[in-house]
Amino acid sequence: MSQIEIKSLNAYYDKLHVLKDINLNVEKGEIVSLIGPSGSGKSSLLKMLVGLLTPKSGEVSLNNNPLNYTNKSDLRTIREQIAIVFQQYNLFQNMNVLKNVCIAPTKIQKRNQKEVEEQAVALLEKVGLKDKLKSYPDELSGGQQQRVAIARALCLNPEILLLDEVTSALDPELVQEVLDSIRILASEGMTMLIVSHEMSFVKEVSSRVVFMDNGSIIEINEPKIIFDNPKEKRTLDFVGKILKDK
Amino acid sequence: MERLLEEIPSFFTIWNIIFLGKAMGVTFLLTAIGCLVGFSVGGLLAVFRKTKSLVLLPLRFFIIIYTEIFRRIPFLVSLLLMFYVFQILKISDNLFLIATITVCLIATAYIGEIIRSGIESINQTQWDAAEAMNFSYFQILKEVIFPQAWKVILPPAFSFFIMFIKDTALASQIGVMELTFAAKILNNKGFSPLLSFGTILVLYFILSFPLDRFGKYMEKKLVTNRN
Amino acid sequence: MGYTLVYTQVLEFFPYLIRGAVISLQIAILAFFGGMFFGLIFATIRTFGNKLMNNMVIWYVTFFTNTPQLVQIYFLFFALPEFGILLSPFIAVLLGMTLNAAAYLCEIQRAGFLSIRQNELDAAKTLNFTLIQQVKYVILPHIMKVLFPPLSNHYIIMTLGTSMAAIFGVEELTGRAFNINSETFRSVEIFSLTALVYIVITFMATFLLALIGRYFFKAKMRIIQ
Repeated sequence: MSQIEIKSLNAYYDKLHVLKDINLNVEKGEIVSLIGPSGSGKSSLLKMLVGLLTPKSGEVSLNNNPLNYTNKSDLRTIREQIAIVFQQYNLFQNMNVLKNVCIAPTKIQKRNQKEVEEQAVALLEKVGLKDKLKSYPDELSGGQQQRVAIARALCLNPEILLLDEVTSALDPELVQEVLDSIRILASEGMTMLIVSHEMSFVKEVSSRVVFMDNGSIIEINEPKIIFDNPKEKRTLDFVGKILKDK
Repeated sequence: MERLLEEIPSFFTIWNIIFLGKAMGVTFLLTAIGCLVGFSVGGLLAVFRKTKSLVLLPLRFFIIIYTEIFRRIPFLVSLLLMFYVFQILKISDNLFLIATITVCLIATAYIGEIIRSGIESINQTQWDAAEAMNFSYFQILKEVIFPQAWKVILPPAFSFFIMFIKDTALASQIGVMELTFAAKILNNKGFSPLLSFGTILVLYFILSFPLDRFGKYMEKKLVTNRN
Repeated sequence: MGYTLVYTQVLEFFPYLIRGAVISLQIAILAFFGGMFFGLIFATIRTFGNKLMNNMVIWYVTFFTNTPQLVQIYFLFFALPEFGILLSPFIAVLLGMTLNAAAYLCEIQRAGFLSIRQNELDAAKTLNFTLIQQVKYVILPHIMKVLFPPLSNHYIIMTLGTSMAAIFGVEELTGRAFNINSETFRSVEIFSLTALVYIVITFMATFLLALIGRYFFKAKMRIIQ
């Protein structure tokens, strides 16, 4: 039984068919990376999983429970199990770092304030930002903000973490610190779906890589195969171009 | 010119000064009430206009129509329409009431737009991040959006308030005793129009200019506050 | 006592009303371009002029933007005769609206001047553009794009503002509504119809301006949000 099962899923942004017949299973503890050109649907897939894009047809199950993305209570359940970090503007600009991390667990999950704060501080320490508790997002660098965003996602105690191009908007020198934080999580066994353009990182941490193009999944395989010996021509074209730049 | 100078003492009698003062008060009151109501109800309109549920679609439709209508009719025509509606339906013949209601309706439409603009200026990801953490629509507005949006809303809203002071001059046409009507009365009483309308221009200026300066000062502070 | 809305009695006046709308538009357009012309001069003075002229313009703009247009026109119409200057209602309204517009359009255009980014000018200079070429290919297109939305918006405001001409007896849209009202006494019908006409002409104007803005000036403008 896979932790995530996606069957024949289709989704649209207005008239645009952004996800075409998606089939994907993710096992618990797996790190699956999504790569592909812009507009291929990678981010849409993550947004769909967390309920920000309603599927038109198909099935999604979490831990063998099929879920209805149009049902409010199902959505709540989904969001208690899956957390997402976006490319930028994650943090609430009107709250300091500590409040950003604590607000959802206290206000939405209704957990005990003290307990949440303790966990928040521990998580922020883990991503190296314990001394920035009272800082506001506009006082932090992009890399620092993203690390706080990751800590915030983790404070929700999710089973699955989605990372949507979290380093794409960062200046190059700030990318590594964020990737380091993700590496730590990877080693701790968190199930993750990562959309990224950082190919060497993807190759290093992923258990499987999914290549998407134009809304469809073209190929799913181990990183070694996808990057060195892909089975599909389109994958080869993409990987060839990307690795040439590196 | 000499005639003008002769007139000044008889123009600026205590009675006239009090009269003008009251008129100024009416102008200010109309503006203030209009903007207060406009801000509250307009805020509600903006909030409900951005909902997504199917159930609220008729409400959203109504809000859009209402806003477009009241922003595309001249102030004068709105006032006259309201005046005659009240007359026909025999609701009330209190001119101040009629003017106040009209002013509130108009301000609601304009300020509602300003507030909606402010809400929309907040990056979509802030909405998405909160929604993905199971915040409800109203929770997102309260905890994330409005605390950020008010800085974007306040300057244009204040600008509108200052502009609205001048718009209330039209209320003189249905007989409300505000500043412009006071000028007409004084002019009809026989005072020189130069003195009557000139003084009223100065009084409007006195009302508007300090507020304008304050608005600019506040805007500067908000910009530097952001960093 | 009940009152029934009888629109038929009023609809026969519709063509008369529409011709009034044409006059409203004439006033708006004349006052707008008059205001643009003087506003441009004032904006130029504010940006490049000497201290004395700059201050004079500041006083002018401050005065006209802090007092109501209606009272400005009242002054022109009733107070100027004291100095021997007699203006017809139409001219008084046109003059008042033009002077008023000049103040606001000065500020709008000044903002446009200030929005020129130094980088663009530098880039043009390094490409060896002459001053005229700089203006034609860099400055002007940028300014037009920046200015088009606020100018369009002010034009719409002025179109609605022409309704106060009725107070002085000008037979534009609202003025004609007054006339029809005094003949038929169908007040609610008349003024609601008049309101409708204003709504239609402002929608048409918004639509046209949005199209022009998008295709000629690359200024992205919405019609309804």
